[in-house]
Amino acid sequence: MQAITHAEPHSIAHAETHHHGHTDAGFWRTYIFSTDHKVVGIQYGLTALCFLLFGFSLMLMMRWQIAHPGTPIPLVGPLLQSILGDVAAKGIMSPDLYNSFGAMHGTIMVFLAIVPLAVGAFGNYLVPLQIGACDMTFPRLNMASYQFYFFGGIIMLASFVIPGGAAQAGWTSYPPLAQVIPTNGQTFWLIGMVFLITSSLLGSVNILATIIQLRAPGLTWMRLPFFVWAQFVASFLLLLAFPPLEAAGVMQLMDKLTGSSLFLPTGLAVGGHLANISGGGSPLLWQHLFWFLAHPEVYVLILPAMGVISEIIANNTRKPLWGYKSLVYAALTLGFISFIVWAHHMYLTGMGIRIATFFQTTTMLISIPSVIILTCLLLSLWGGSIRFNTPMLFATAFLPMFGIGGLTGLPLGFSASDLHLHDTYYVIGHFHYVVAPGTIFALFAGIYFYFPKLTGRMMNEFWGKVHFTCSFIFMNVVFMPMFIQGLAGMLRRMSDGGYNYSQLNPASEGVQGTLSPFIIGLNNYILLGAVCLGLSQIPFIINLFWSIKHGQKVTSDNPWGATTLDWQTPTPPPHGNFITPPTVYRGPYEYSVPGHATDFYPQSER
Amino acid sequence: MDIPYTIEARPDTGTYNAKIGMWLFLASEVMLFGGLFSSYILLRVGAPPGTWPHGWLNVPLGTINTCLLSLSAITTLMAWVACKTRNLARFKLFHGLTLLLAIVFLGIKSYEYRDKFHHYEVQLADGRVADGHMIENDPKADHIVLHGSYFKNHAELMERHPDEKEAELTIPRADIKHMENYGPWHNTFLAIYFTLTGLHALHIIGGILVIGYLWGPGSKMWYTNPEQFTNRIEVSGLFWHFVDLVWIFLFPVLYLM
Repeated sequence: MQAITHAEPHSIAHAETHHHGHTDAGFWRTYIFSTDHKVVGIQYGLTALCFLLFGFSLMLMMRWQIAHPGTPIPLVGPLLQSILGDVAAKGIMSPDLYNSFGAMHGTIMVFLAIVPLAVGAFGNYLVPLQIGACDMTFPRLNMASYQFYFFGGIIMLASFVIPGGAAQAGWTSYPPLAQVIPTNGQTFWLIGMVFLITSSLLGSVNILATIIQLRAPGLTWMRLPFFVWAQFVASFLLLLAFPPLEAAGVMQLMDKLTGSSLFLPTGLAVGGHLANISGGGSPLLWQHLFWFLAHPEVYVLILPAMGVISEIIANNTRKPLWGYKSLVYAALTLGFISFIVWAHHMYLTGMGIRIATFFQTTTMLISIPSVIILTCLLLSLWGGSIRFNTPMLFATAFLPMFGIGGLTGLPLGFSASDLHLHDTYYVIGHFHYVVAPGTIFALFAGIYFYFPKLTGRMMNEFWGKVHFTCSFIFMNVVFMPMFIQGLAGMLRRMSDGGYNYSQLNPASEGVQGTLSPFIIGLNNYILLGAVCLGLSQIPFIINLFWSIKHGQKVTSDNPWGATTLDWQTPTPPPHGNFITPPTVYRGPYEYSVPGHATDFYPQSER
Repeated sequence: MDIPYTIEARPDTGTYNAKIGMWLFLASEVMLFGGLFSSYILLRVGAPPGTWPHGWLNVPLGTINTCLLSLSAITTLMAWVACKTRNLARFKLFHGLTLLLAIVFLGIKSYEYRDKFHHYEVQLADGRVADGHMIENDPKADHIVLHGSYFKNHAELMERHPDEKEAELTIPRADIKHMENYGPWHNTFLAIYFTLTGLHALHIIGGILVIGYLWGPGSKMWYTNPEQFTNRIEVSGLFWHFVDLVWIFLFPVLYLM
């Protein structure tokens, strides 16, 4: 292919000598306390991938407990007992431990894995490259952002081994439950969250200021790659939605540490006794503040993923994105509306029919820009000569998977149908389709796609395809049965996997509406799927590290034949990124321009 | 390549990096305090009638503090003007005043806090309530001494007037059913009062650290790069104005309403 043989003169040799000049700063300044946006991005990426694996393994142990309640966890059971003590006696997961793992799985996946990977890693590494900047506007704050994130993560991890274990009240930490559990797990959770929010604040200010201030000459707003737009909107969401959760976190911390009652109602009884509190607080207030963050957070999870997907689809269809402007305006609209949909998580709180009507309306409205984005991406495939390499496979799989996730959300947006589906496995299936085969697939696609820019070598294509095929199959084996379970009324957060409410339980004989053995039996398939999904990641992990040293070397700085500025840098980009400051002459996706020598027309080429 | 627009303004956005960064940060701060003010509103409208206290805070002290912070906003501005007109001595004078005002503000605030922690509500066995500042609370003694007055019940405490007559009350411990000082645990009003003013005080402390650094060791930059130093004063001034503005909202909401 022409694109791949197109080598550029300023090349790897130069990059290496340039890079060598900067290793003089010493190991610590170069790799640990670096202010270079690329190093910070890679730090974020590796840490977040570790947390992703850790969060997944928590879930794997929980799935064993769900499928085989009260039996010792194979392989890791004794280890669990030796680390955590009585809560995992004989290698069996106690309900308390199940609650802890459940709460921490959600927290780790959202706040320590996906967002740091999507915004911290991809945003940090790519935004300055794509806008032709030498670094972020505030490099030291960038370093601090990673350090806050790292310490937040350490605090969260440390909470597993304190007496009483980690937080147990779900990743949503609803009071009064979250506050009356007599252990310190929740306090650790809150302090950890304050660190993570600070990290996200520093990161989002940095990304926004970088996009506003450091765009290369000629790079006007409507010439920005869609990825940059996605990061721009996602950073605004982080900037404005996280502070109310920080306010809520501070208030819950007040309640935990000073014994105030901001979230505790009058007349609260704990364990059958009236609690010794002043009362007068509002548990509902926490839910409002929490979801004011957590709904925009969903779009923080999904927008950068859509950004990555757009880059990969345009590149591998060798044609411009369909409806670039619609994509941009849809992303902006999505950002605005995402601030006024939060209470659709709260239909069951009895907040009233009128308020529910308002939030149903806005929830239906927000599906419009989401559909616009997905449609644009889908139509971009039309008539392209598609290269089905590993990144593109993940990118194309993203479209239907995110589609399933999005469409199954509609019944949850209507209060009438939500009454039945609320807190069931249907909800779990819905948002996992959005985030797991949705966002995570997009992030995998991004890792395979940008790997040659980071290392100068390609990841192995065959094992990439194995990774993709297995992940694709087993993701669906894991999450598809959850819709069936949820529709049958199986509730989430039950440490026995629904056994007590099923016909398998002798005590429930004659009770109407109990779960059938088929529904409970699906737990076994999900466990099997989850184990296989875990095994499918082994080729990826080996491929990732093996390819750094042994992957096929790229012959050009722009191996995919891409148009955006990030591919006009030496490989890997040196400190300062560009040999000469680039100037931009055209839009981001000028592929297959008639009359041009190659089938891509780089933004910086006159 | 060096990062551009660290000092000079970018032509199309009309400003330098740090200023954009500060405005974005302040947008986030608006949401932080917005969340807390919204919580205040929700807690207050959710409180059953007659349970939300009025007149518990010292309005004269609050007024003085409001004046102090308003003045400090002016001195901050004057300090920046002094930098713009390249007059280091005037800068030192005005930002010195800013620091002084901020520290006095914190002093008054901590006096108010201390006052609340010494203020006790004592529920008596006969149903009455004694309320006032603790004078003697020796755990070995069989009585406590309170400077305050008696009330018919807890509900009467919710509407306080500055002209209430106070006296020294000696209360035998045997008569006391429950005794609690005015900390955040005492009721929801005090909880949100301490949360809001505490977070605001942390911002004041942050401001003192930054402005103090720029006034002291950080002012060396004046001799090497006065333009960048002036920018720093402007950006830290933006933050300080925001902190002042928050207080302008806090004062009526907590003290007067």
